[in-house]
Amino acid sequence: MGSKVGAPEKLIVKGKRLDGRKLDEFRPLVANVHPLAKARGSGEFKFGNTHAVSAVFGPKPFFPRGLQDPKNTILTCKYTMIPFSTKERIRPGRSRRSTEISKVIREALEQVIFTEDYPKTGIDIFIDIMQADASTRCAGLNAASIATADAGVPMADLISSCAVGKVDGEIILDVGGLEDNYGDVDFAVATVGKQDKFVLLQLDGAVTLDEFKKMVKLAKEGCGKVYELQQEALKQRYKTGDEQ
Amino acid sequence: MTENKSEVLVKEKEIVIPGQTLAKGLDYLPSNGCYRSNNEIKSKVMGLTKIKDRYIGVIPLAGVYVPKPGDGIIGTVSDIQSTFWIVDINSPYDSILQLGEAVGEYVDLNKTDISTYFDVGDVIYAKVLNVAKSKNITLTMNDYRAKKLSGGKLLSITPTKVPRLIGREGSMIELIKNKTDCQIIVGQNGIVWIKGEKETLAIKAILTIERESHISGLTDKITKLLGGEKDGE
Amino acid sequence: MMMGKANESYIKKMIEDGTRPDGRAFDEYREISVKTGVIENAEGSAEVKIGNTTVLAGVKMAVGTPFPDTPAEGVLIVNAEFAPIASPTFESGPPDENAVEMSRIIDRAIRESHTIDVGKLCIEEGEKVWMVNVDIYVTDHDGNLRDAGALAAMAALLTARIPKFDGERVIFGEYEGTVPLNDTPTETTIAKISNNLLIDTTIEEESAIDALITIGVTKKDEICAIQKSGSGYFTEEELIKAAEMAIEKGKQLRKHLKA
Repeated sequence: MGSKVGAPEKLIVKGKRLDGRKLDEFRPLVANVHPLAKARGSGEFKFGNTHAVSAVFGPKPFFPRGLQDPKNTILTCKYTMIPFSTKERIRPGRSRRSTEISKVIREALEQVIFTEDYPKTGIDIFIDIMQADASTRCAGLNAASIATADAGVPMADLISSCAVGKVDGEIILDVGGLEDNYGDVDFAVATVGKQDKFVLLQLDGAVTLDEFKKMVKLAKEGCGKVYELQQEALKQRYKTGDEQ
Repeated sequence: MTENKSEVLVKEKEIVIPGQTLAKGLDYLPSNGCYRSNNEIKSKVMGLTKIKDRYIGVIPLAGVYVPKPGDGIIGTVSDIQSTFWIVDINSPYDSILQLGEAVGEYVDLNKTDISTYFDVGDVIYAKVLNVAKSKNITLTMNDYRAKKLSGGKLLSITPTKVPRLIGREGSMIELIKNKTDCQIIVGQNGIVWIKGEKETLAIKAILTIERESHISGLTDKITKLLGGEKDGE
Repeated sequence: MMMGKANESYIKKMIEDGTRPDGRAFDEYREISVKTGVIENAEGSAEVKIGNTTVLAGVKMAVGTPFPDTPAEGVLIVNAEFAPIASPTFESGPPDENAVEMSRIIDRAIRESHTIDVGKLCIEEGEKVWMVNVDIYVTDHDGNLRDAGALAAMAALLTARIPKFDGERVIFGEYEGTVPLNDTPTETTIAKISNNLLIDTTIEEESAIDALITIGVTKKDEICAIQKSGSGYFTEEELIKAAEMAIEKGKQLRKHLKA
């Protein structure tokens, strides 16, 4: 963002990023199913140091009754960053940013959940960011997707999310902390599994149309890789019968 | 050039996940837990496949109880109105037991408070009479198995694992009943009532089945668990 | 609510047949009018009408402390309110998630395009900088609030002046200079209805929307902000087409911003 305090001189040196990654390389990815014992369904996802945990409760009766939807279940989503997830402490409570992110995550999941299977009920989806190093909403959505499947809520497919960016004029996959602060662009997307369907799109920064086209393609591939990891994690859940 | 050859891509009792393609082609039909997407049948949930003739279904490994007419369930009376009780049956939907479906004799409402029959907190075994389109559920006690359950212990398991707990022709549940000298009633809604000598041992066996319902060799493991124990602990 | 469902079916049919209820083309805006200097007490203000949709924007300047990581830069704050007078569906109270989202979408385009030259808004490094408050007030809702809101915000900023500051207090009514600007971003919202992409949907058409995306474009035709909201999805091809529409329409919208 220009003249920010502490900005490194270059974010890409000899084709490698500050943490040694190639331009189209992910940080180490981790996906876990059912990390929490008490929620009906739970999931966990990490992009390097960004760590998100999600819990799903329901379907359960929706109150107030007057606001029940007679044909569908109502999804409620709450995205929170815990106070010590970032270098500067975050004041607990809602913020405009968390309201917006809760909304777009909910809207993404609504595209795959069969809400008509449980009319008049409600499903609560909580996402907690334990540690933030950019791409937090993407990690949150990936974790929520796993948690929803773990809860037995019927879904057409999983939602997979990642972020692409632009630093020093180059297009990169999986924006990391410094790249988010000092880079030019942060573009978060989510797809329905590997399908050509984007259900979350948020872009900050400035790109030409050509750069945009490249970023969309790279993001789609990235989501595909995330999807494979989520699928693998879900399949592992019941393989050996190991419950946590 | 349409390759309309139908094929099933999974085996029986295979663990599948949401979005996974189970079959291709128009010859197969989606049953519970599945949906059709163009010419593919996909799973809606994480669960075990169940293939019967041309129907492909998935039994969920997790999820809430959705009542069906005829289900035998165990519920707790949570509220009393003048002529009916509201019963909590471990489902996101309320269920109602009308006076007429619970009591065979004539009741003079001016003289009797219906709480004398069932009071808040009572546990009952009842049958699901009807599930309306609006998801209002009505129960009935008009069944030889229906009764108030007193004493004993209640346990909750994932409703989709009830068939595994009961076993083929009731073999698994009979095994547990015999070895623990307990009365055990299993509700389709995942609530289990146990009363008898070795309640704790029975609970242990049931929880093991819940955890490992998708693993083969379970019967042997449970037999060992029940046989190898001496006095209930 | 009932109106919504009824609307949806006939609108979808019309769109599938290639027409819109008011006869516009899919890539055509309704009549746009931009008036600036409408509220005297504001340092900058504008009223934008797109068809019947009316949105007011006002710029108020204040002196405050900068953020720790940008000690020599001014601060931009964008806030949007849906006034109950604008629509039977708006309730009074704090901004709901839709108003919050709109605030952030309009903020995004202005911020990410570095429209405001925040480096020139420093009074005393690390201590005092100018805070630019842009408030957007919807007074009549007939669809496409975002494009109108973004246009109003930009029009207000283009005429915004910096009040005098005597070291202690801000002296409103007396001015020294205008808010320094680098760019004039525009935002275009594209709706998908039955696999067609349309801009500037009226409230009538809104009930039939399958998916919605707002795209901000700088004066150099760069994409500076994107927000998909609501339900539905976009394919890769639709996404690129929407971006192209936003770039093209940006040129048209910018013509209305002659200060």
